Amino acid sequence: MTLPEYNFAYLDEQTKRMIRRAILKGIAIPGYQVPFASREMPMPYGWGTGGVQVTAAILGPDDVLKVIDQGADDTTNAVSIRAFFAKTANVATTTKTADATVIQTRHRIPEAPLSAGQVIVYQVPIPEPLRFLEPRETETRVMHGLEEYGLIHVKLYEDIAQHGHIATTYAYPVKVEDRYVMDPSPIPKFDNPKMNGSPALQLFGAGREKRIYALPPFTHVVSLDFEDHPFQVQKFKQPCALCNATGVYLDEVVTDDRGGRMYVCSDTDHCETRRQDGHHGTGLPIAGQETVKEDAA
Amino acid sequence: MYVAVKGGEAAIANAHRLLADRRRGDRDVPALTLEQITGQLALAVDRVMAEGSLYDPDLAAMAVRQSRGDMIEAIFLLRAYRTTLARFGNSRPIDTAKMRIERRVSATYKDIPGGQLLGPTFDYTHRLIDPAMAGDAPVDEPLRRAREDERRAPRVTDILNDEGLIERDVLSDEEPGDLTRDPTAFPADRDVRLQALARGDEGFLLSLGYSTQRGYGRTHPFVGEIRIGLVDVEIDVPELGFAVSLGSVRVTECQMVSQFTGGSEEGAKFTRGYGLVFGQSERKAMAMSLVDRALRADEFDEQRLAPAQDEEFVLAHCDNVQATGFVEHLKLPHYVDFQAELDLLRTLNTAKATNDEMREAAE
Amino acid sequence: MTSPILSVRDLERRYGDFIGCTDISFDVWPGEVVAIVGESGSGKTTLLNCISGRLERSSGSIQYHMRDGRFPDLADLSEAERRFLMRTDWGFVHQNPADGLRMRVSAGANVGERLMAIGDRHYGEIRDTATEWLGRVEIAGDRIDDKPVAFSGGMRQRLQIARNLVTRPRLIFMDEPTGGLDVSVQARVLDLLRGLVSDLGLAVVIVTHDLAVARLLSQRMIVMKNGRIVETGLTDRVLDDPHHPYTQLLVASILES
Repeated sequence: MTLPEYNFAYLDEQTKRMIRRAILKGIAIPGYQVPFASREMPMPYGWGTGGVQVTAAILGPDDVLKVIDQGADDTTNAVSIRAFFAKTANVATTTKTADATVIQTRHRIPEAPLSAGQVIVYQVPIPEPLRFLEPRETETRVMHGLEEYGLIHVKLYEDIAQHGHIATTYAYPVKVEDRYVMDPSPIPKFDNPKMNGSPALQLFGAGREKRIYALPPFTHVVSLDFEDHPFQVQKFKQPCALCNATGVYLDEVVTDDRGGRMYVCSDTDHCETRRQDGHHGTGLPIAGQETVKEDAA
Repeated sequence: MYVAVKGGEAAIANAHRLLADRRRGDRDVPALTLEQITGQLALAVDRVMAEGSLYDPDLAAMAVRQSRGDMIEAIFLLRAYRTTLARFGNSRPIDTAKMRIERRVSATYKDIPGGQLLGPTFDYTHRLIDPAMAGDAPVDEPLRRAREDERRAPRVTDILNDEGLIERDVLSDEEPGDLTRDPTAFPADRDVRLQALARGDEGFLLSLGYSTQRGYGRTHPFVGEIRIGLVDVEIDVPELGFAVSLGSVRVTECQMVSQFTGGSEEGAKFTRGYGLVFGQSERKAMAMSLVDRALRADEFDEQRLAPAQDEEFVLAHCDNVQATGFVEHLKLPHYVDFQAELDLLRTLNTAKATNDEMREAAE
Repeated sequence: MTSPILSVRDLERRYGDFIGCTDISFDVWPGEVVAIVGESGSGKTTLLNCISGRLERSSGSIQYHMRDGRFPDLADLSEAERRFLMRTDWGFVHQNPADGLRMRVSAGANVGERLMAIGDRHYGEIRDTATEWLGRVEIAGDRIDDKPVAFSGGMRQRLQIARNLVTRPRLIFMDEPTGGLDVSVQARVLDLLRGLVSDLGLAVVIVTHDLAVARLLSQRMIVMKNGRIVETGLTDRVLDDPHHPYTQLLVASILES
């Protein structure tokens, strides 16, 4: 019997070329979902197979890879995907946003602005922004083709009628270059504005659903809204308890069973960088417990 | 002080080490050999090959062992390997009329040329747990028919076809679609549908097939024939100018004779539902043929109302590797999105409390 | 305008060997209500579905007078143009309101959907327009955030009518609009329809098996049997002085019952 062997970077070169063609098409038609022959990957569907395929297809030997999940480099799935590429492609990895040439992400965009030459690869579970309004692929493709987007505004209308404002908090749909409505992947809507006009190339891979789409650098990306109910991002009342950053997305950490909470940066690299630069937060909100150790400051 | 959970790498390594330990189990008990798995858990191996869509009993047995007997995990392992393999050609269509038959039954004719052959079936066993299974009691050699008994066994559907009573088999030299190499577009052609069903989840197809029998897309099925056995796989070699045999594979084929359709030009004819599965799996082949027929509703101007007739629904959800991945991905961290929802919920409740207060104050 | 808004010539729809409708020619003029009557199986619904672009025809022509003055055959329009027509210039009122409404979406959004589809992006204005239209179909403004599942049959049908009329269409297709309603409710819906049709100057093609509905709403009538037109004419004339034996039978059976 023959024992299995696997190729360099897992995917064969033919497959990579096929994926690159889909990526190029996606870049040529920003926001349009390009069907591609998604391969079966050695990690489960829904765990980043689309992002992994896109990353595998664009990764070169000189690239420096950063992988985040929920904004953090050290969540288990991010660790697992980073290890996968370190092992199969032998590329350098980093946790520093600024040092990375390719950033694969699930659910966040880093706080530090991306720059020209960087590529951010989003893992996408359901690429179709209309899917939960219209389950049929045959129908949603026609809707995109004919720019029939009334239905998605019906959803936003219902939100306002029911709750007083738009109640979509993540995977908040955007319109790209005034043409395609696009799912930004399940990032919090807080991150939506970072997509607009970004100098980085943004690629989206959905493995199970077999779709790739893209935003070339400096693409116009607008979050859907009403004139009298404009799009707004989440605002946090307090700064990060560790690095004192404001205007960033915070994770809520439950510190005890008596209602104790603290808020810390979801982007771990951003938080660490700030602390190394001498910023420090107020630490734990509950008196009597150890406060955050002050850094070099 | 608060420290974000770190050490993902170490945790993963430790978890995998524990998994390996549990997989091996008690070290005093001999490890399972691949021969034991392929020989004694042959139907498990068959299912892994069928839904992994790769015919390799040894690899399938390794996958069963590696997955601790979790079938979908084993199928997943085989799939992830299969996807890396190069395609060096397409085989010629296998000819199931020339199958070396191990089992063959028809529910439409009492006697058929070539005869009915029960073969190694669970049918008519009484499902009593056999105390002998606790040990290793000797098992009798099976009886074997003489070579000359292996008569030609034409397919039942061919017999019906000769009389013009069933829709003709479509012969085509067109290269069939490959859903592992091309994105599926809807509406899908029947070749792609059959491919999806052949590697689809046995349980899902079983339930869907069952639902057609209970009125959710009835097809009035009769088992024309089920046959299980070995067929040759041949590949054309252009340099040689003839086909070369690569070996043989065991398959289960089910031809379901279904609801007739009345064309005025050609006269009424039965229609076909088709199932073909790697290995021995009658249940899967039968379920597949029911669902195949149900999915052909449009061809026969039947109203598509039931789930089994809904091509997008069936094709999008029959793959257990996709299904398990997406269901299980819910256990990955979602705290960023959850935070956003939490925040919204609090805002809504605060707004409501403020409104209530204002209303009370006004009253 | 001195030309028809819709012109049908030699229309045929077959289902295999079976004829759905054949040899159909007629015009609809702006502001005119045309009733297609016949018993079930006469081909009237097939005809309605063909001329409203919901069913492909086998042969014949269907021309529509666009707002820009063009008079194309519907088959020559692109899918995008056809869909745009359907959600702006046309309406379709189904017999069963559930087929024409989003049952799990509020009344306001049901009415507002067409506005949003053509680019309205001001929540307050959409809501105001929806409120106004709910009023016109006699649904109280405070029901705007309720879903049609909570409405009675008559209210649902009135909501469906409002949803269709909000973009000020010029041509409405109706398939037995009062067919599923209690007799007591029918009168109110018919009355409302008659008022709206004349206020808005709508052209209407209405399919009904109910001659009373035809008499109340339509100026002209087309009588169908076995997929063919057997008689056409002014509604009053056809009902008071039917020429074709089948029409005579139809009218007589109504009088008897």
